[in-house]
Amino acid sequence: MNISVRWLKELAPGLKGTPEELSDRLAMYGIPVDESTDLGAPLGDVLVARVVEVGRHPNADRLSLCVVDAGGAEPVQVVCGAPNVRSGAWYPFAPVGATLPGGVKLKKVKIRGEESQGMLCSPKELGLGRDHAGIMELHGEYRPGEPFVAALGLDDHRLVLDVTPNRGDLLSHLGVARELGPVGEAGLEIPPLPGSAGTPAPGWTRGEGAVEGAGVRLALEDAEGCPRYLGLILRGVRVGPSPEWLAARLRAVGARPINNVVDATNYVLLELGQPLHAFDLDALGGAVVVRRARPGERLTTLDAQDRALTGAVLVIADAERPVALAGIMGGQASEVTDATTDIFLECALFDPARVREGRRVLGMSTDASYRFERGVDPEGLERAALRAAELIQATAGGTVDPVALDAQGGVWERPVVRLRRARVRQILGQALEDEALAGYLTPLGFDLTPVPDGFDVRVPGARSYDVTREIDLVEEIARRHGYDAFPSVLGPYRPTAVPDAPLEGLEDRLRTLLAGLGYLEARSAPFAPEEDGDVPLAKPLSAAESRLRRALAPGLLHRVEGNFARGERNVRLFELGTAFLPGGADGRPLEETRLAAAWTGDRHPPHWSGTAAAFDLWDVRGVSARVAEALGLSVAAAPDATEAPGWLEGRRAFVLHATDGAVCGWAGEVRATAVDAPAWAGTVWALEVQLTDAMAAPRPATYCPVPTQPPVERDLALLLPDGVSAAGAEEVVRSAAGEHLEAVEVFDVYSGEELPAGARSVAYRLRFRAPTRTLTDEEVDRAVERVLKRLREEAGVERRG
Amino acid sequence: MDGSIEQKLQELEAEARQAVPAAADAAALEAVRIRLLGRKEGRLTAIMRTLGELSAAERPAAGQAANRAKDVITGLLDARDAELAAATEDGREAVDLTLPGRTQWRGGRHPVTLVVDEICAIFRTLGFSRVRGPEVETDWYNFTALNTPLDHPAADMSDTFYLPGGLLLRSHTSPVQVRTMQAHAPPIRVVAPGMVYRRDPYDASHAPAFEQIEGLAVDEGITFVDFKATLAEFARRFFGADAEVRFRPSFFPFTEPSAEVDVSCLLCDRQGCSACKGTGWIEIMGAGMVDPGVFEQVGYDPERYTGFAFGMGPARVAMLRYGIPDIRLFYEGDVRFLRQFA
Repeated sequence: MNISVRWLKELAPGLKGTPEELSDRLAMYGIPVDESTDLGAPLGDVLVARVVEVGRHPNADRLSLCVVDAGGAEPVQVVCGAPNVRSGAWYPFAPVGATLPGGVKLKKVKIRGEESQGMLCSPKELGLGRDHAGIMELHGEYRPGEPFVAALGLDDHRLVLDVTPNRGDLLSHLGVARELGPVGEAGLEIPPLPGSAGTPAPGWTRGEGAVEGAGVRLALEDAEGCPRYLGLILRGVRVGPSPEWLAARLRAVGARPINNVVDATNYVLLELGQPLHAFDLDALGGAVVVRRARPGERLTTLDAQDRALTGAVLVIADAERPVALAGIMGGQASEVTDATTDIFLECALFDPARVREGRRVLGMSTDASYRFERGVDPEGLERAALRAAELIQATAGGTVDPVALDAQGGVWERPVVRLRRARVRQILGQALEDEALAGYLTPLGFDLTPVPDGFDVRVPGARSYDVTREIDLVEEIARRHGYDAFPSVLGPYRPTAVPDAPLEGLEDRLRTLLAGLGYLEARSAPFAPEEDGDVPLAKPLSAAESRLRRALAPGLLHRVEGNFARGERNVRLFELGTAFLPGGADGRPLEETRLAAAWTGDRHPPHWSGTAAAFDLWDVRGVSARVAEALGLSVAAAPDATEAPGWLEGRRAFVLHATDGAVCGWAGEVRATAVDAPAWAGTVWALEVQLTDAMAAPRPATYCPVPTQPPVERDLALLLPDGVSAAGAEEVVRSAAGEHLEAVEVFDVYSGEELPAGARSVAYRLRFRAPTRTLTDEEVDRAVERVLKRLREEAGVERRG
Repeated sequence: MDGSIEQKLQELEAEARQAVPAAADAAALEAVRIRLLGRKEGRLTAIMRTLGELSAAERPAAGQAANRAKDVITGLLDARDAELAAATEDGREAVDLTLPGRTQWRGGRHPVTLVVDEICAIFRTLGFSRVRGPEVETDWYNFTALNTPLDHPAADMSDTFYLPGGLLLRSHTSPVQVRTMQAHAPPIRVVAPGMVYRRDPYDASHAPAFEQIEGLAVDEGITFVDFKATLAEFARRFFGADAEVRFRPSFFPFTEPSAEVDVSCLLCDRQGCSACKGTGWIEIMGAGMVDPGVFEQVGYDPERYTGFAFGMGPARVAMLRYGIPDIRLFYEGDVRFLRQFA
């Protein structure tokens, strides 16, 4: 909402303060000021001057040579090209050295040989209009050299208010004046209109539903959508440009003057907050009907758009067809034009939700719909209608028909809301005196009647949309008391009954783990292209973000590509986030919290002592094991390559599985086709694992006695024939070695030509220990013999000779 | 004394002063010793041999000079020997300790995570637990239960992403408030960090998905004074004891009275700068007393329970804290950016 400070002070004559002070007060009332503009500043150098004498320019027919009194010791000579310059008249004058709007700086010049010490200005040169035909003659009493801005009352300030959607009452100068004025409502004055012969006083023909008079039949067929509709008729108006004061007012708040009729309705909108619409009376054919649009009806609106209407849209119609979108925009066919002489002036109340629905269906928003959606004062209609009629009369002439129409859907009454002292204290934590409560609410237009536990508060029309409950009054009190006036004392509190979400703690532990392993955390929006997601968005921002991702790894791989593109060959990223899968409860997608990592490059930062080794598959297995350990999972070779996610090279993949065998995640070498990598880039590795609340359960360490006996170790180099896995052989070792086997580890793997075809050598170190005595070599040798026998029999594994 | 012998001895000494310290190890030093003092081929021996050519009167002085030279050279050799022995103690080579060490890759948390963690840690000390909720929501959880009818302009305050079936991506973390109250009876003190979604295309200060932290405290007897005090305490702990805190009235459908919470600008000390748009204040959260209408929706007695709620954007806070000019940097996975926070 754009506010003219000058206009505001006219409405609240007691209002004092600089624009900065007013802005601060507005902010502390909850209405931040986004912009503050000194409208007079660009014209600060312009003076009012009188032309003392007009003579002919000796060298140019179209130029005159003027003697100008600009308040200096001597009059100055000015060359002027305007045809309307005359001696004795007052004009805006830019002396040498002045800067005009647009940044032109005036210099002393010679025009066709004659010196010109400044410029007499046109409205366009001053940024006050488009008129460039002549200089701007001023009609009034002035002093030569008086600052132009002050003399014409252009020393105004524009404030741009960020009005929250609950405060429709602040979308007018009157509403802001009520909020800011020292005594609020009681101090408001509606200023007289220049050129007015007084407020018209037509006789009202009032009725429920429908009324008729002055040759017009007005009917509310949809009284829910339109609880009240006033119609005034003006005859014999002359549509033309608005007078300068009105145009200036509109420009001061950033509105564009159009013609005297439209400008008058705009003026009242900005002043009182009531949207109005002027129809060309002849176009209505004597009928004004408020109803829902019928299927198939169309209307060409003022913005020249031909619109298809639906039953959701409330319209103003003549006897047959719609002529305007109620509360949104007028129609072209009934528009007021230069040829219009008779006007039907609409001043109505439309239901906020209905206007909102209609304008959303039509995909439009206007100043009028914006206000109706936020609530227009149901008590202000008559005042607004008469003020608009008065202003049209004052600027466009004509007479107001003595019969005015007022159709109502019902009688509006001020709602009453009970305000309890105890409730104020319960919410605000501070007891406030009755006088204080009344002192805050009365200036805002609330009417208080004392009752034993507080007040019955009658809510004025302008506030009847946002103040409907006791809590709304409590907020008004807090706001007017000032939030900063409340103490800030930290009191005791009871401990929360809500436990931490298990995944919050688990994610924290995983971040610590991955960061410790050298991975950097990435974050990303979970949007994905069609191929990477199952859950579509209704209106995506782009094709690349048209779905919700089904996995985190593809997005991370995309980020690895980005780093490759920036020349980084060592990249280690992880991300914690949500994957969205079809098949959740109640038609929802299934949301899975996941951890993913993607990495490439060298295992360690470069060091002068040697060349760095690149990450390989065994790093994947190692990192996966650390992650699995944190989640209570195990890592195994992927059993069936076809189940692996698409980004994974199936023959180089591991699974992370729970104790019951359920696969919770994958890790391995990323398929070359899944990453757009430059030639110098190394293999990319990735893992992704689902996180569940169960995995977050604490797994406390269990104590087992620290050994007191020495271990006995045996190394076995085994020849594993094709088809026997290291893990398979190890399983046989473990089951055959007996109760004293403590640990088995692979310490060497070798393949070579001297080995039998298809076989490889895998060397295991077996550690034996008995808890309470020292094992003998003979015992251990017997265990090893058992192991070798079982290996030979069950797996065809021989000891390497 | 014969000038030539003395001169030769002086030359020998000079040579020793150069050659002895230059010997890099014990073997080199031994070679130097043999060259200078060797009994058969050594240079001093050669000079001594010429003593016989001198007269008997000259001989004692020359002999003393030769012995002195021998002492000097032996001293040099012994000193260097000790030096080398010290350097090669236990048979180890001397090393240049100025060379860089062997390191591990440094990993780390995302800057937004750092801020989320810090905020949640402060609220933990104020008694708040850490909860979460789903990102796909219904109209009811995202709007209706939060006192925001869809036919009210307040529903336009953010542009929401919908899924084809009418479900939506939550536009704020506030649905977690509702879910928490449905699942638990007061006293409630929770913070809920998570991603939220708005149909804003990427630019320097907008992203269609970004982090938010929701907070909620509900119990009997919680007032506007507790609300102010708790959030002011948070602000001072997060932004520093000198930070000033300001509460401005505002509007959110699910709180009343509602407030914007500002802290004094960290960069300009309230003088006004580009970060605070000249106001000296930076908006850090939207907050307020829980609207009784929300309590009604979740089946709490609004006459018995009161509380406050707040929401803030850790990405925006991280931008302020680290001086990051563009929110997109957070979501690009650029390791040159991320490792600055590791």
